[in-house]
Amino acid sequence: MNSVMNLATQSFDAIIVGGGGAGLRASIELAQSGLRVAVVSKVFPTRSHTVSAQGGINAALGNTDGSDDWRWHMYDTVTGSDFLGDQDAIEYMCKNAPQAVYELEHMGLPFSRLDDGKIYQRAFGGQSRNYGKEVVHRTCCAADRTGHAMLHTMYQKNIEVKTQFYNEWFAIDLVKTEEGIAGVIAMCIETSEIVFLKARATILATGGAGRIFQSTTNAHINTGDGLGMVLRAGLPLQDMEFWQFHPTGIAGAGTLITEGARGEGGYLINKDGERFMERYAPHLKDLSCRDVVARSSTIEIREGRGCGPKGDHVLLKIDHLGEQLINERLPGIRELSITFAGVDPLKDPIPVVPTCHYLMGGIPTNVHGQVLTLDESGKDKVVPGLYAAGECACVSVHGANRLGANSLLDLVVFGRAAGLHVQQAVREGLGYREPTPAELEHALKRFNHWNTNENGESVEQIRSELQNVMQNDFGVFRTADTMQEGFKKLQKLQERLKHASIQDKSNCFNTSRVEALELDNLMVTALATAYLANERTESRGAHARYDYPERDDKNWLKHSIYFADGRIAFRPINMKPLEVAPIKLSAREQ
Amino acid sequence: MRFSIYRYNPETDSKPYMQNFDVDVKEHSCNMVLDALVVIKNIGDDSLTFRRSCREGVCGSDGMNINGKNALACVTHISSLKEPIIIRPLPGLPVVRDLVVDMTQFYQQFEKVKPYLQNTDPEPAKERLQSPEDRAKLDGLYECILCACCSTSCPSFWWNPDKFVGPAGLLQAYRFIADSRDTAKESRLADLVDPFSLFRCRGIMNCVDVCPKGLNPTKAINHIKELMLKDSV
Repeated sequence: MNSVMNLATQSFDAIIVGGGGAGLRASIELAQSGLRVAVVSKVFPTRSHTVSAQGGINAALGNTDGSDDWRWHMYDTVTGSDFLGDQDAIEYMCKNAPQAVYELEHMGLPFSRLDDGKIYQRAFGGQSRNYGKEVVHRTCCAADRTGHAMLHTMYQKNIEVKTQFYNEWFAIDLVKTEEGIAGVIAMCIETSEIVFLKARATILATGGAGRIFQSTTNAHINTGDGLGMVLRAGLPLQDMEFWQFHPTGIAGAGTLITEGARGEGGYLINKDGERFMERYAPHLKDLSCRDVVARSSTIEIREGRGCGPKGDHVLLKIDHLGEQLINERLPGIRELSITFAGVDPLKDPIPVVPTCHYLMGGIPTNVHGQVLTLDESGKDKVVPGLYAAGECACVSVHGANRLGANSLLDLVVFGRAAGLHVQQAVREGLGYREPTPAELEHALKRFNHWNTNENGESVEQIRSELQNVMQNDFGVFRTADTMQEGFKKLQKLQERLKHASIQDKSNCFNTSRVEALELDNLMVTALATAYLANERTESRGAHARYDYPERDDKNWLKHSIYFADGRIAFRPINMKPLEVAPIKLSAREQ
Repeated sequence: MRFSIYRYNPETDSKPYMQNFDVDVKEHSCNMVLDALVVIKNIGDDSLTFRRSCREGVCGSDGMNINGKNALACVTHISSLKEPIIIRPLPGLPVVRDLVVDMTQFYQQFEKVKPYLQNTDPEPAKERLQSPEDRAKLDGLYECILCACCSTSCPSFWWNPDKFVGPAGLLQAYRFIADSRDTAKESRLADLVDPFSLFRCRGIMNCVDVCPKGLNPTKAINHIKELMLKDSV
């Protein structure tokens, strides 16, 4: 049993939890400013899931088309979000996008190039010029390995600026005092040593949680760790009903085929060889928003026009693009397709199916990355000492549906914004918060629980049932009956989880214990999703209901908020950008 | 399918041993070696220890020695392997537990080559320009995932892991030397002229043989040698 009596403490100006894109961008900002900063990452940073991002990063540079405007990018992002995105945050992101991309280029990111030497930009879903008029090429990329190139470039920059890393350390819980967040309790995976990392500011950059679903493009490590930490600290999550299903996960394997494949001219076909997106979305076709394409594929499969012996997938055709283009612009997806589908896309179409990909919701923050909760009267209140950025955060720039290639942008823009605000806060005197022994003990509770529980069900038993429930009852299309059934199953699982145990109690690189601690986070993330998905009686963006098929702006143009005790509340959507006129509500163009 | 797996927990084992596991790979739909390892851990023995993350060959976590050859477990098809499948940790690095090795020396060699863009010219307001031809010179270099399959298959690295940069680090060194935007070519070459950092490469080419991304560190090493030669003439 670990107790606070022998707990080592290490102090920093800022602790960043997570070594993916958002965390590494924040750490660059802070290390360059001379503050004492450390990154805690449960994997070596280049193993973070940003590495799997393929297609690119949006910025209105106008390199391929000759001109572009961040206001058009903003318009696309707001409408793509089905108006659930906050317009002040979207304005901030799109306006800062070109600078963010140039910074990455200066750091060395090996972007693909145009003949004139500028960064190559490709077409992507939902991107237009002139407020929805024509298709635009806005997505900057490094072939189809943009996430890999970006993550490695930023890790390399962190080596240069000498950021301190706690690699293969697992953050167990936030330490919360009366005044705010004091830091985190973290465990060295190799030795099981426990340390209190005390910080003026704690930045959560823990990424997504796609592992609550059975079929996901997400890595094994995407378990919602920051989301769990926030809920256990009595703080809320926002818009957790909004999960993006990517139209093109490889059938069976779940691995991602970038939207860039369609951006370069690929398209989806059903068993009759029909290019079915022309029927669902005559204007944007295969480059419609992801929620639209995912739903269309799902309908094709359900109505018996799916491919393969079981009719359980559709096909992505790119062979007509030719060998040279595929090898130059899409080499990674060719490799993945050969490995995981046994198909060479130079010759044959790739079997694909909508697959859980991205969480639009998360920890509510303002544009500076400061984490928000609600005060007693339901108004926004900043949580002192706590920030969040990247997929775990909900600023919200993605609203009810994220546009492809806006997520890498989100990471760097808001990772930087959080870093900038922490600097300013420290300059203005942000101090430490001193936890009592009881408050420290509280953050150690679940660690001790997994060490002492015996003879319970295994982590895998509960995890696989949880993933099964989410897959079947909270998928692309939802309805009250199945969701309520799923909700009850989740509550039972939560009860069973209390008695689960691990057999391996070793203190040497105990990955079983890590998986158990991750399961706690998956469980509360799934519950948050279930609560809010049941609550929202409309269809908007990625939240599509059979029983409420229409968007309902009168009742549901608002963020939903969930606390771990089951409380549900709402926050208004920000419709007041600082510089431009608000983008007015309209029906979304298909 | 029988898997024979290297086991060692320094807390309880006086020495390493091989343990057999039989997995019904059809029943559990295991296509890749990683799928089978996950099944063993989930329903057989939760103490089996290995690293994994993306399960699609891009994060570089699960490098291990499979039937005598270094590879990523997540992109190695079980059907391509002879039974029993013998799985050991990457050779040449200290074992932490089971299939997990201590990668410190590998990362130190990576950091030694200053793997970040150096450019002393003032930053332009927009991007630095680079022709598609110059950009193409980085293909086959920047895709490295730091899985360590190459360096830990290299006898020269086994002998001098503290002094020989190794194929992964040298590939990175050349990635920056070859970048038209980098202005530190001379100091990068100077950093490698000692007898060990670069010149312990004997052209054995195990690195090329095992790289799961199909990269060619030996070629990069030869390019560095050519540049040194040119500079010294």
